[in-house]
Amino acid sequence: MTRYLLDVVENRSIGEYERAGGYQGLGKALSMEPGQVIEEVKKSGLRGRGGAGFPTGMKWMFAAGDPKSPKYIACNADEGEPGTFKDKAILDENPHLLIEGMAIAGHALKAELGYIYLRGEYLKEKDILETAISQARASGYLGENIMGSGKRFDVHVHLGAGAYICGEETALIDSLEGKRGQPRLKPPFPVNSGLWGSPTIVNNVETLANLPFIVREGAGRYVRIGDPGCPGNKLFPVSGHVERPGVYELPMGTTLREIIYEHAGGIKNGKTLKAVIPGGISAPVLPPGLIDCPMDFVSVQKQGSMLGSGGVMVFDEDTCIVRVAHRALEFFERESCGKCTPCREGTGWLRGILERIETRQGREGDIRLLEDVSKNITGNTFCPLGDGAAAAVLGFLMHFREEFAEHIKNGCPFGPDDLNPYHYNPVQP
Amino acid sequence: MKNSFGPGALALLNEIKTKYPTGRAAIMPALYVAQEEFGWLMPEALEAVADCLELPEMTVRSTATFYSMYRHRKAGRNVIRICTNVSCMVLGARTLKGVLEGLYGVAPGGVSPDGRFSLEIADCIGACGSGPAMLVNDDLHTGLDAKKIIEVLENYK
Repeated sequence: MTRYLLDVVENRSIGEYERAGGYQGLGKALSMEPGQVIEEVKKSGLRGRGGAGFPTGMKWMFAAGDPKSPKYIACNADEGEPGTFKDKAILDENPHLLIEGMAIAGHALKAELGYIYLRGEYLKEKDILETAISQARASGYLGENIMGSGKRFDVHVHLGAGAYICGEETALIDSLEGKRGQPRLKPPFPVNSGLWGSPTIVNNVETLANLPFIVREGAGRYVRIGDPGCPGNKLFPVSGHVERPGVYELPMGTTLREIIYEHAGGIKNGKTLKAVIPGGISAPVLPPGLIDCPMDFVSVQKQGSMLGSGGVMVFDEDTCIVRVAHRALEFFERESCGKCTPCREGTGWLRGILERIETRQGREGDIRLLEDVSKNITGNTFCPLGDGAAAAVLGFLMHFREEFAEHIKNGCPFGPDDLNPYHYNPVQP
Repeated sequence: MKNSFGPGALALLNEIKTKYPTGRAAIMPALYVAQEEFGWLMPEALEAVADCLELPEMTVRSTATFYSMYRHRKAGRNVIRICTNVSCMVLGARTLKGVLEGLYGVAPGGVSPDGRFSLEIADCIGACGSGPAMLVNDDLHTGLDAKKIIEVLENYK
C-alpha cells in the first residue's frame, strides 16, 4: 500500500523531505490557477479528517467565492479528543507535510497568512514546527515570493492553553483572536466570516497533510486509494488494551477488526474484546459483534457511531463500562464552555447520575433519566460538544444496558480501580 | 515583587505582536510570557500584559480565566499534569495519582508542603498510545507505573 502521511523523514530535515518529493506539490499548485487547485481538491473527494468529514473542496469553494479579503488559513492542531494522537504523529515525524499543505491552501484561497492552532500540551511539537517553518522560509517555500511565483504566504504557530472546546472551529477562531474560546452561532460560517470577520478556512492537520499528495499525484490517483466514497488514507491512533498501541496509516475503509487484530496485535494479555470506541471519546461505543465495520465516514455512521477522529479505544473483558462512561462525562462536564444551558447543565447531570450508579447509589429509573437528559441535550446546543457527550452516553446504554442495570441492582461487579475512591468508601445498602 | 516585564520578555512580546493584526490576538502568547516571567498570573502580571498590549485589564483577565493552563496561584517548583482520561485510566493512571498523594503529600489542584510539586489532572495529553502519561513542566513521560513515576520524579527537585 502507499503511505504518504507517515512516510518517516530522517531527522525531519527539509533536505530529506525534498528528496522524497516534498514541496513538488506546492510547485505544481503554484503553476496552476487557484481555481484549478480547488477543482482538483474537489475531484479528489477529500473529506475533513478532524471529525465531521465535511468535503474539503466544497469548504474551499465557499471561502473562495466570498469577495471579502484578506482570507486566512487556520490549521486545527488542537488535537484534544481523548483517544486521539494522530496529528501529533504528523507533527513529530513529518512537519513539512503540513507546511506544504498549508501553502497549497494559501495559494488556492489567495490567502497570505496562516495560523497553526496547536494545543498547549504539544510543547515539543511547537519547537519542531517552528524549526520547520524557519527552514521553509529559508528555502523559499514560505515568506515573500514563494518558489519564485511572486506569491506571498507565511505561517505562525499559536499555542492553545488547555481547552478542548477550541477544537471546534468557531471557538478556535475566537481563541485565535485572543478571546475566551466559546463557539459562535452559525451561520455565518467561518468561510464567510472567520478570523477578524474575514473568510477563513479551518482545516485539520491530517486534512492539510493530504494535499501535497493530491496535488503532486493528481486527484485521479488519489481516488483509487481507500474507499470510493471516502478516498485516501486515514490515520488510526489505537489505544487501550491492545498489544501494539500506536498510530496506523491505512486506507479509509479498513475494518475495525483488521485495525485491532492485525495492526495493533489484538487484545493485550490474551484477553477478549469487550467494547471499542471507534472515533475518539465522543463516538458511541461499539460491541465486538460490530467490528467488521469498515472505518469510513458512512459505514461507521450506519452502525450508530461515527468515524470522528479515527481514535480507536479498545477495552478488554475486565473493563467496567460504567466507569468508562463516568470518566468520559467527567471530561465533558469539565470541558463544556458554559455558553449554552443544555450542555453546561446536562453534562453535569449525566456525570452525577453515572457517579451514583458506579458508587452503588443508583436508583431505579436512572437509566431512563440518563436517556432523557441525553435526548434533551441532543440538537439543542451551539456546537457538537454536548451532542458528543449525549451520544456517548446513549451508545453505552444501547450496547451495555444490562451492565448499568446490574450496577443499580447490586453495585459495581468489577474489582477496585486501584485507588478509585468509590471503591474505598462504598455506600452500604 | 516584580511588577513589570524585563528586557528579554519585552523583546519576546514585541516579536509576538508582529504575528497578529490586533493587539488582542496576542493575549494568549503574552500570558505565557507573563506566566514564565512572574511564575503565575498574579494581578501585576495581568496588568503588565494589559499595559503592553494597550488593552483594558479586564479583557486580559477574561481570556486568562478561561484556559486551564494559565495559573492563577503560586505553583510548585515543578508542575505535574497527569492524564487520567479513559485510555490512561484503563491502564492504571488512577493508581499513580494515589502514589503521588502518598509519597509527596500533593492532591489534585494542590502543591506539596515542601513546594516541590504542583499536581493537576489533565484531560488527555495526546499520549494515549503510550499511557499512562504525564507532563512534568515541559517534558512528556509515558508508559508510567508506580515504580517508573517515582524514578522520573527523582529528577525534578
